[in-house]
Amino acid sequence: MALIDLANPTRFVSLAERVLPWLIGATAIAFAVGLQQVYGAPDDYQQGATVKIMFIHVPSAWLSMLCWALMSAAALGTLVWRHPMADVAAKAAAPIGAAFTFLCLVTGSLWGRPMWGTYWVWDARLTSELVLLLMYLGLIALWRTVEDPSRASRAIAVLTLVGAINLPIIKFSVDWWNTLHQPASVFRIGGSTIDPSILVPLLVMALAFTLLFVTLHVAAMHNEILRRRVRTLMLLQAQAAPGSAT
Amino acid sequence: MRLEANGLACIRGGREVFSGLGFAVAGGEALLVTGRNGSGKSSLLRLIAGLVRPAGGGLNLDGGNPELTIPEQAHYLGHQDAFKPSLTVVENLGFWSRYLGRAQPAPEALAAVGLAGLADLPAAYLSAGQRRRLSLARLMAVHRPVWLLDEPTSALDDDAQQILVRLMRQHLANDGLIVAATHGPVGLDGTRELRLGAP
Amino acid sequence: MSALLALFWRDVRLAVRTGGGAGIGVLFFLIVVVLMPFAIGPDLALLARIGPAILWLGALLASLLTLDRLLAADHEDGSLDLILMAETPLELAVAAKAAAHWLTTGLPLVVATPLLGLFLNLDGRTGLAVALTLLAGTPALTFIGLIGAALSVTLRRGGLLLAVLVLPLTVPVLIFGVSASNAAIVGPLPFGTPFTILCALTLFSLVIGIFAAAAALRQGME
Repeated sequence: MALIDLANPTRFVSLAERVLPWLIGATAIAFAVGLQQVYGAPDDYQQGATVKIMFIHVPSAWLSMLCWALMSAAALGTLVWRHPMADVAAKAAAPIGAAFTFLCLVTGSLWGRPMWGTYWVWDARLTSELVLLLMYLGLIALWRTVEDPSRASRAIAVLTLVGAINLPIIKFSVDWWNTLHQPASVFRIGGSTIDPSILVPLLVMALAFTLLFVTLHVAAMHNEILRRRVRTLMLLQAQAAPGSAT
Repeated sequence: MRLEANGLACIRGGREVFSGLGFAVAGGEALLVTGRNGSGKSSLLRLIAGLVRPAGGGLNLDGGNPELTIPEQAHYLGHQDAFKPSLTVVENLGFWSRYLGRAQPAPEALAAVGLAGLADLPAAYLSAGQRRRLSLARLMAVHRPVWLLDEPTSALDDDAQQILVRLMRQHLANDGLIVAATHGPVGLDGTRELRLGAP
Repeated sequence: MSALLALFWRDVRLAVRTGGGAGIGVLFFLIVVVLMPFAIGPDLALLARIGPAILWLGALLASLLTLDRLLAADHEDGSLDLILMAETPLELAVAAKAAAHWLTTGLPLVVATPLLGLFLNLDGRTGLAVALTLLAGTPALTFIGLIGAALSVTLRRGGLLLAVLVLPLTVPVLIFGVSASNAAIVGPLPFGTPFTILCALTLFSLVIGIFAAAAALRQGME
């Protein structure tokens, strides 16, 4: 079983079907260990137990960006190497990335509510995540617009790379915009330095979330390949029917 | 039933396409409108269909329903197929059936044009010839006495042309009338010709 | 009647199945609302005060910018020819299409409004008040925009020209919509006064919109 086999959709489907149960198991174990660690972690002296939302919020943020990085790698695969599975990987990843971004925003909002008194402030980090979510949603809308996914894949790959290049610029400008306006409260993750008693659960949860992402992504790619097969079958059915020669 | 035209004139894009045009088509008859490109074949059909206002002259349908206008008693088959790619074949046909007055679905119309096996497929997967057949199915699904066909044989393969001829013969046998714009013969016998353009 | 329902449901089905479905209007609305604080600044107090206005402008743009394809798409594939020829009056046909557009674009905007109000520091009650004014006002935007949609078919132009023509006609709706929203929050004007005028504007634009759009289409089919 070489890496090259991943390039063949049929082999990928059978590989995915074999690997998925293991991935699901590993994810479940990682979450079990992680949540246990979170339960045992100390409360923040200021925020109390609500600080533990961080253990969901921070990994979600990391994964939202990791996912765009993965989509960018897939985009390069489509444009540069014309890897046959690259656009499947990209299309499957987009909704998952959007979901993690959304989760990051919601947990951030809930976390901030006791501090800010509202559900939202235009804080630099959250605002950047919101812009990222808009970019994800735009990409998903684009995937849905074009009927033939393989035709859209190159254009979307370009857009993904443009997005990747722009993300640091957007982050920088939002930070700058935020410093100009001196928001009322400052949003810090667990204080200025991270104590090991918080770091370990955080890393375990990050690992659990990453495994969750991999599991979801493999499953999504599997489904996307099957979806394209259905589409091909429909095309063949139309071509086999009378009148298809013209 | 008799469709009569007197002194029809048509101006498109500032240019007079034809004037003083007159003809008559009776039930059971087919009129083929011929002429080179730009002579006004499509414009004449669109004029009868009520999509273009005549610059002069008039049209009259004797023996039709006096409460309906001519377009309301006609089928128009233009260059486009009027179908939506994201709807299935049967949804496309079903919509036009309902919109043009037939409440019940028309599976026999799909079968008549050979598309019965593709009923639930999204129309986007159809070839150009199959889309043209879908348009023909519309003519079958709802009855209209007047058929206005603009180049009906284009994009049709031999089988589909046979189907078209059979449908046209059936329509004429039911006392319907056909006005068709065409570059050549359509395979019907006993048609009359109206030649447009400079002699 | 069955014909009109068929047209209505066809358009709803098409809107849901193509191009991102009903969500694209809401996504645009969201983006417009998000862009405002970047221009205005994240001062929550200021945003809360002008929040209803931002939401109304966002809804206005999201409604209108999706309308220019409403009739042009049917014109391009030949469906409009058949609709013009059919027995069903053209006025009712365009009304059915506009109603389908409102259901798939306007109504989702209304539903999204309280959530988007959170971004602008509007509390739940205010968000719901703005949503109510949008519920009464978005049909007006759709039916006024219908005129632009008809013109874009006959003039074979789209985009900015249409927006330029139609946006001034939406000014009364915008004025009374924002006024009603603000009245619900701060008073001193009672909510009912601008709200009933808003409803009247909607009913008025319903009638004007469909007759003007049908007339424009008939003129344009020369």
